[in-house]
Amino acid sequence: MSSAFLQHLFSGLTIGAIYALAGLGFTIIYNASHVINFAQGEFIMIGAMSAVSLVGMGVPLAVAVPLAVGSAVLVGVAVARFAIMPARDASVVTLIIITIGTSIFLRGVAQVLWGKGYHALPSFSGDAPFILMGAALLPQSLWVLGAAFAVVISLGWFFGRTLFGKAMLATACNRFAAQLVGVRVSGVLLAAFALAAFMGAVGGVVMAPITFTSSDAGVSLGIKGFTAAVLGGLGSGVGAVVGGLVVGVAEAMSAGYLSSSYKEATAFVIILFTLFFMPYGLFGRPRAERV
Amino acid sequence: MNLFKLSLAAAATALIVGFSPVWAGDGAPPLRVGSFLSMTGGASFLGDPEKKALDIEVSALNAKGGVNGRKIELVVYDDAGAADKAASFVKRLIESDKVDVIVGGSTTATTMAAVALVEKAGIPFVSLAGAVVIVEPVKKWVFKTPHTDRLAAEKIFEDMKKRGIAKIGLISEDAGFGKSGREQALLVAKNFGIEIVADEVYSAKDPDTTPQLTKIRSAPGLQALFNFGFGQGPAVVTRNYRQLGLSMPFYQSHGVASKEFVKLVGDAGENIRLPASSLAVAEQLPTNDVQKAVVIAFRNAYEDAYKAEASTFAGYAYDGLHLVVEAVARAGGGADKAKIRDEIEKTHDYVGVTGVFAMSPTDHMGLSPKSFHMTEIRHGDWVLLD
Repeated sequence: MSSAFLQHLFSGLTIGAIYALAGLGFTIIYNASHVINFAQGEFIMIGAMSAVSLVGMGVPLAVAVPLAVGSAVLVGVAVARFAIMPARDASVVTLIIITIGTSIFLRGVAQVLWGKGYHALPSFSGDAPFILMGAALLPQSLWVLGAAFAVVISLGWFFGRTLFGKAMLATACNRFAAQLVGVRVSGVLLAAFALAAFMGAVGGVVMAPITFTSSDAGVSLGIKGFTAAVLGGLGSGVGAVVGGLVVGVAEAMSAGYLSSSYKEATAFVIILFTLFFMPYGLFGRPRAERV
Repeated sequence: MNLFKLSLAAAATALIVGFSPVWAGDGAPPLRVGSFLSMTGGASFLGDPEKKALDIEVSALNAKGGVNGRKIELVVYDDAGAADKAASFVKRLIESDKVDVIVGGSTTATTMAAVALVEKAGIPFVSLAGAVVIVEPVKKWVFKTPHTDRLAAEKIFEDMKKRGIAKIGLISEDAGFGKSGREQALLVAKNFGIEIVADEVYSAKDPDTTPQLTKIRSAPGLQALFNFGFGQGPAVVTRNYRQLGLSMPFYQSHGVASKEFVKLVGDAGENIRLPASSLAVAEQLPTNDVQKAVVIAFRNAYEDAYKAEASTFAGYAYDGLHLVVEAVARAGGGADKAKIRDEIEKTHDYVGVTGVFAMSPTDHMGLSPKSFHMTEIRHGDWVLLD
C-alpha cells in the first residue's frame, strides 16, 4: 500500500467519522418523527462554537466540552418544544420546512452572538501526528473515530436494551399503537431531539480542533451528514455510520486520484446515485404498506 | 414645441425648483455619497467592516466641517452579496436618491452589476472589490481601491525568485477570491520564470485538504507551496501542511493577512510568508514610512469605535471615501460629476490605508506592488521582510 493511498484513507476515515456523527442525528429524529431535521448541522455548530467560547473564557477543556454539549442539548429540546411540537399535527413536509426555518434562525442567532469569524479549539491531546508507513495520522483523528465508535455502541445499547429506547423505536414504528400501550409520545420527540443534538454537539466538539468552526459551519456538514444518512438508508444507525465513512473516503480518494475539482461534488453524486438506483440505501428496507 | 408642451415644461420646472430641498440657511447642499455593500450574507466579512469604516469616517469628516463647507450624507443599501439586488439599489441611488458619487460594491460580482449603470448615468464610482476586470479595460467612471490579486501574485513571485525558487505547487479555493487569484497567478508566473508543477483546488468549507497536499507533494521538483484563498480554507491548508510534515517554503496570499489568521493557525503558521497591506503590520512599519501615521490613526479610530480588529476591507472603504472627498475638495466643492471624476483620475500621492495611490487615465486603481509588504509569521507575529 503506498503512503499516498494510506494518507487518503486516513483523512477520508477521519472526515467520514464526522459525517457519520452528523448522519446519526438525522437518523434518530427521522425514526422518532419521520422528520428530516435540517437544523442538525446547527447542533454541530452550536456544540463547537460553545466549546470555543467557553475555552476562550478560560474554562478548562475538560469542563468546557460537557458544558458545550449540554447547551446544545438544551437548544435541541427547545427546538422540539417550541418549533416542532406546536405544529405536531401538521404534515411531515411542513415539519421539515419548520426545521429549515429553525436552522436559518439558529445560524442568525449564532452570527449575532459569536460574530462571523473562524475559530479554533485546541487539540485534546497534542498536534504531533503519528507517522504510519509514511502517512500522517493526527491524535485528534483518533478522538473523532473513537467518539463515533462510542456513540454508535451506546446508541445500540440504548435502543436495544433500555425501556425508553424501545419506547422510542415503538413510536417510530407506529405512533398510534405506541400511544395506546402507554408510551408518552411527546416525551419521545423531545428525547429524540435531545439525543440528536447531543450527537451533533459531540461531533462538533471533537472535530473543531481539526476543521476549525464558524457560525455557518453547520450548513455543509448538515448536507454531508444527510448524504451519509441517505446512503446508509434513512433510519438505520449502522447505515448512517457506514454511509458517513464511505462519503468521507470517496471524497478523499476522488481528490487524490481524480481531480480536486470534483471533491466537493462527490457527496452529491453519491446522493443522486443512491436515490436513483437504491432509494432505500445500503441498509434500509423498503417499507411495506399493510392493507 | 407647441404652447401646451412649453407650459407643461415650465410647470414641471417650477415644481422641481419649488420642491427641491431647502438649503438656504445652513450653507451649501450636502455631498450625497451613495453606497451598496454586502453587509449580510456570504460576503458579510467584506461589507460589514466596510459599512463600519464608512460610518466612522463620515462622522469624523462632518465633525471637521465636511468638505468645502458641505456636510457629507451617506446613503447605504445592503445587497446581501446578490448582483441583481446590487443593480436595483444602484438604480435607486442614481434615480431617486440622486447621489453625487458612489463608493461601494463589496464583491466583484456586485461591482460589475453596477458598472453599466454608473457608466450610463455618468456618476463617479469607486469600487471596493478586488478583481482586475473592474479596471481592465479602463472604464471612464469606475475606479477601485483594493489591491488586485495579480499584484499579490507578483509580489509573491518576486520573493520566490529572490530565494531561487522556480517550481511551485499551487492550491487555491475553487470559487471567488481564490479562483480569480489562481487565474492571475497562472497568468503572471512565467514573467518571473516560475513553473507551476501542481495545481489543486479545494472548496470554501472543505474540512480537510490532506488529499490535495499529498498529491502536490508527489510533484517532481517541487520547491515551494502557494495557497490562494480566504477565510477557513487557508487555515485548514496550513494545519494540514504541518500535519503532513511538509517543510518546503509556504506562501499565503494577502487574503489572510489578519491577526485573526495568525491566532487561528497558532504554531502551524510559523515561517509562512505572505504579502500584507500596511494596516496588518502597522506597528512594524519604520517611523519614516509615509503610511504609518494614517494607518495607525484609522486603526485606532476603528478599534475604539467597534472593539474589533480593523480589517484590510475596512481600509478599502476608508480609501474609497477619502479619495472621493479629496477629489471633491480639489474640484472646488461643486456638484459637477464630470469634474469630480476628472479629479479622482488625477489623484496622485494620496496616502491611504491600503497604499499610496497614483491614478492616471490608464490606471484606475493606482497601486503598485510596493503597497504590499512581504512578511513572515514568526512567534505568532509579523516580521517585515521589506
